[in-house]
Amino acid sequence: MADEAKGGALEFHPMDQFIVKPLFGDGGVGVFSFTNVTLWLALAVLCVFALMVLGTSRRAIIPSRTQSIAELAYGFVYQMVEDVTGKDGIKYFPYIMTLFMFIVFANFLGLIPMSFTTTSHIAVTAVLGFGVFIAVTAIGFIKNGMGFLSLFWVSSAPLPLRPILALIEVISYFVRPVSHSIRLAGNLMAGHAVLKVFAGFAQVTAVAPIAVLGVTAIYGLEVLVAFIQAYVFTILTCVYLKDALHPHH
Amino acid sequence: MEGDIAQMGQFIGAGLAAIGSGAAAIGVGHVAGNFLAGALRNPSAAGGQTATLFIGIAFAEALGIFSFLVALLLMFAV
Repeated sequence: MADEAKGGALEFHPMDQFIVKPLFGDGGVGVFSFTNVTLWLALAVLCVFALMVLGTSRRAIIPSRTQSIAELAYGFVYQMVEDVTGKDGIKYFPYIMTLFMFIVFANFLGLIPMSFTTTSHIAVTAVLGFGVFIAVTAIGFIKNGMGFLSLFWVSSAPLPLRPILALIEVISYFVRPVSHSIRLAGNLMAGHAVLKVFAGFAQVTAVAPIAVLGVTAIYGLEVLVAFIQAYVFTILTCVYLKDALHPHH
Repeated sequence: MEGDIAQMGQFIGAGLAAIGSGAAAIGVGHVAGNFLAGALRNPSAAGGQTATLFIGIAFAEALGIFSFLVALLLMFAV
């Protein structure tokens, strides 16, 4: 129906790029099949390894280009963790650094034409999001014991309001992992679908020049989004961690 | 015939859900605009608040993404 309005059927569907398919053989996707998701997840991990381990292996006093990138990334995340969670959050810096580097590389690898954006799948981001949620809740209970529940009891509010606020706080606490993961997946999916929609317009001769310009502009926006969403995911992790470490309002 | 009406409902629903994206756009613009207004009054304090800016934008944007997700579910999953 939408195709008729554009004066011809699209050769591909904008959502086709998100189909998970096995790389070897024609069988369906099983638990152990090596799919395109597996490949690009592995590539993201390899890229992080190449930058952070191989890039800094010489430990030069005057850093090479890769080493300065690695040092910049390290300093950037370290600063963020310290600013948001304070000194006692630094202990969890390795986890947050891992999350940031992985998401940033998964996002940027997804920007390579014909590649697969792993972070556009809720299955991938939900694992990250729920991992953060479970970890943060566990840290909160271990550090504060039952005192962690005072996160839900807003002691600065008037007493009659507190039960209602507690209900709202509990709901908003449990929506966190959902919004945390869907934000990342939704942004990436939406951006890449828009790219493909513009690419589809490019085969209609009349609007092709505008469509190509549109693809270029949206691609520029996507480069920005790829970084900002990784940043937002990481900083929200820091905020949740801060709540777990200091639950008192 | 029944299938047609159901499909029509899907498309209309997806279109209605897309309004949420516009509302989120207003929200994000509001956050960024107010940040800029505040930052221009006191530029020295602005640098430390960029993290807050991004958190605010992220929260405003998340709800728009939810409505986008509802639209996607209506189009492809239902």
